[in-house]
Amino acid sequence: MKEKALKKKRTQAQKREMIWAYCFIAPTMIGLIVLNFYPAIDTLWQSFCKTGDFGKGNIFIGFANYATVLSNSETWHSLWNTIKYALIEVPFGVVIALVLAVFLNKKLKGTSLFRTIFFLPMVCAPAAVAMVWKWLYNQQFGLINNTFGTNVAWISDPNIAWISIGIIGVWSIIGYNMVLFISGLQEIPGDYYEAAEIDGATGIRQFFHITVPLLSPTTFFIVQTRIIGALTIFDLMFMVMDKTNLALQNTQSIVYLFYTYAFTNGNKGYGATIVVVLVIFIMLVTFILQRAEKKLVYHP
Amino acid sequence: MASARARNIASKIIMYVILIIFAFIMLVPFVWMILTALKTNQEAISVDPFYIFPAHGWHWENFAEVWQSYNFLYLYKNTLLMILFRVICACLTATMAGYAFGRLKFPGKNFFFALVLVQMMIPAQIFIIPQYLMVSKLGILNTVTGLVFPGIVTAFGTYLLKTGYEGLPKDLEEAADIDGCNIGQRFLRIMMPLTRSSMVSLGIFTALFAFKDLMWPMIVCTRAETTTLSAGLAKMQGQFSSNYPTMMAAAVLAVVPMVVIYVIFQKQFVEGIATSGGKL
Repeated sequence: MKEKALKKKRTQAQKREMIWAYCFIAPTMIGLIVLNFYPAIDTLWQSFCKTGDFGKGNIFIGFANYATVLSNSETWHSLWNTIKYALIEVPFGVVIALVLAVFLNKKLKGTSLFRTIFFLPMVCAPAAVAMVWKWLYNQQFGLINNTFGTNVAWISDPNIAWISIGIIGVWSIIGYNMVLFISGLQEIPGDYYEAAEIDGATGIRQFFHITVPLLSPTTFFIVQTRIIGALTIFDLMFMVMDKTNLALQNTQSIVYLFYTYAFTNGNKGYGATIVVVLVIFIMLVTFILQRAEKKLVYHP
Repeated sequence: MASARARNIASKIIMYVILIIFAFIMLVPFVWMILTALKTNQEAISVDPFYIFPAHGWHWENFAEVWQSYNFLYLYKNTLLMILFRVICACLTATMAGYAFGRLKFPGKNFFFALVLVQMMIPAQIFIIPQYLMVSKLGILNTVTGLVFPGIVTAFGTYLLKTGYEGLPKDLEEAADIDGCNIGQRFLRIMMPLTRSSMVSLGIFTALFAFKDLMWPMIVCTRAETTTLSAGLAKMQGQFSSNYPTMMAAAVLAVVPMVVIYVIFQKQFVEGIATSGGKL
C-alpha cells in the first residue's frame, strides 16, 4: 500500500514537472513555429509560385522559377562572387586573427589595449564601416590613392572591386575571430609549452607542433561559422556597390541578388527560389565540412 | 644563455612591430572618419595626403547639419527601443525554455530540442519573405514592434541558456525541493539568478546583432523617421553621396554610442562574445 501511494505521489510530481516544463517552453516553441518553421515552409512553397500583380495571389507554376534561376547566368555569377568573397575573408581573416591571438596570449605589456583596438570594428554597424571604407577607396579624393600616389578604381573596376570588398570583410572580422582564438588558446595547458621549452623547441616550432593541433577544434569551428557567414554576406556589398556601379555584376553576392528580386523588384517567388538554392548550397557545404572534420581536427 | 635572451628580446620586438602595424590599420579608418567629419568639403577633397587636420578650425556644424536634416533623434530612439525589446524578449523566453531543457524531465523533450537545433542550422534568409508578409498583414510596418518581430524568440539563446543551466550543480534544487518550493519558485529564486553570466552574454550578443542588422530594418521600416541607424545610413548615402564630411559625420554619429558602451563594458563584451560566439 505504502509503495503504491509513493508511486502515485511520484507520478503526480512528474505530471506537475511536465506541466511546468510545457509552460516554460511554450513561448519559445510557439515563436519558433510561427516565426521560423512556418516561414521556411512558406518560402519553399512560394519558390514554386509566380507572384501575382501587387504581390498578391500566388499562382502555382511548378519548377518554372527553378528553371529560370538555374539557367540565368546572373545566379551563377553572384554565387561565384560570393565564393570569391569567402575565399578572401575566411583564410585571411582566420590566419591574421590566429597570429594576433597567439601574440596577445603571450602576456606582453599592452595586451588589453591591442585587444580593445582589434575588436573595435565588431561593435560598429557594417553600414557605417562600409561608408568609411568607400571614402578611403574613393578614386579621386580617397586617402589610399592619395597616400600611395596611385589612381586605382578600387570599387568600380570589376577586376579589383571584389578584392576591395574582401579587404573590408577581413578588417571587420579579425577582432571577432581573434577573441574566439584567445579563449581557445587559454584552454591549452601551459605544461605542454614548458615541456617543449625544456626540450629546446623554439617559439615557431611550439606554434606548429603544439598550438596548431591543440587549437584545431577552435579553428575548425571558426572556419565553419565564417564560411557560412561569408556565403550570406549582404551589408557590405549593399552599402559599397551602388546600383549604377559598373562592377556590380562582378561583386554582388547571392543574398544581394535575393534582396534585389524579392524586395526591390517585388518578385517574391523568384526571390524565394534564390534563397532555397542558397540554403541547399549552404547545407551541402556544411555536410562536406562535417565529413572533413574528422580528418582536419586533431583528436587526442 | 645570452643568445636565448637576445632571441627572446628579438622575438618580442617582432611581435610588437606586427601588433602595432595591425593596430594602425585598424585605427586609420576611424581616425580618418572623425577628421573628415570635422573638415569642410573643400578641405576633405584636398589631394594632399599630408593635409591631415582641418586647417580652418574644426567644423562641428557638419554634425548639426546631419542631425537636423536626417533627424538622428528618431534613429537613436528606434534603434534603442528595438535593441531593448529584443534583449528583454530574448532573455525572457530563452531563460524559461533553457531551464526546462536543461533541468526538467518531460515527454517530447528531445523532439522539441531538436527543433531548436534545426532552427539554428537553417540560414536566416529563408525566413525573411514570409516574416515580412506577416508584418505587413499585421499592419506593423514602420513600427518598433515590426523591428522587434523576428527577434521575439531565439533558438540560439535557448541553446546557450540550456548549457548554462546544465552546468549548475545537481543538489542545488534538491535542497529547495525538500524545503517545499515548487518548480516556479525554484526557477525564479535559485536557478535563474545563477545563470546571470549566460544571460549577460545573450543580451550583449542580441544587442550587437540587432544593432548591426541592415536588411530587416530596411525592409520593414522604409520611412526615415521609423527606421534604425543602420538603415538610416543606407538612405543617407544616396542623399549626400558627394558631401564627404556630412557622410562621415553621420557615420560617426551612428558608431559612437556602441563604441562608448563597448569601451565602458569591454570585459563583458569580449567575454560575452567569446562564450556565446563560441557556441553559435
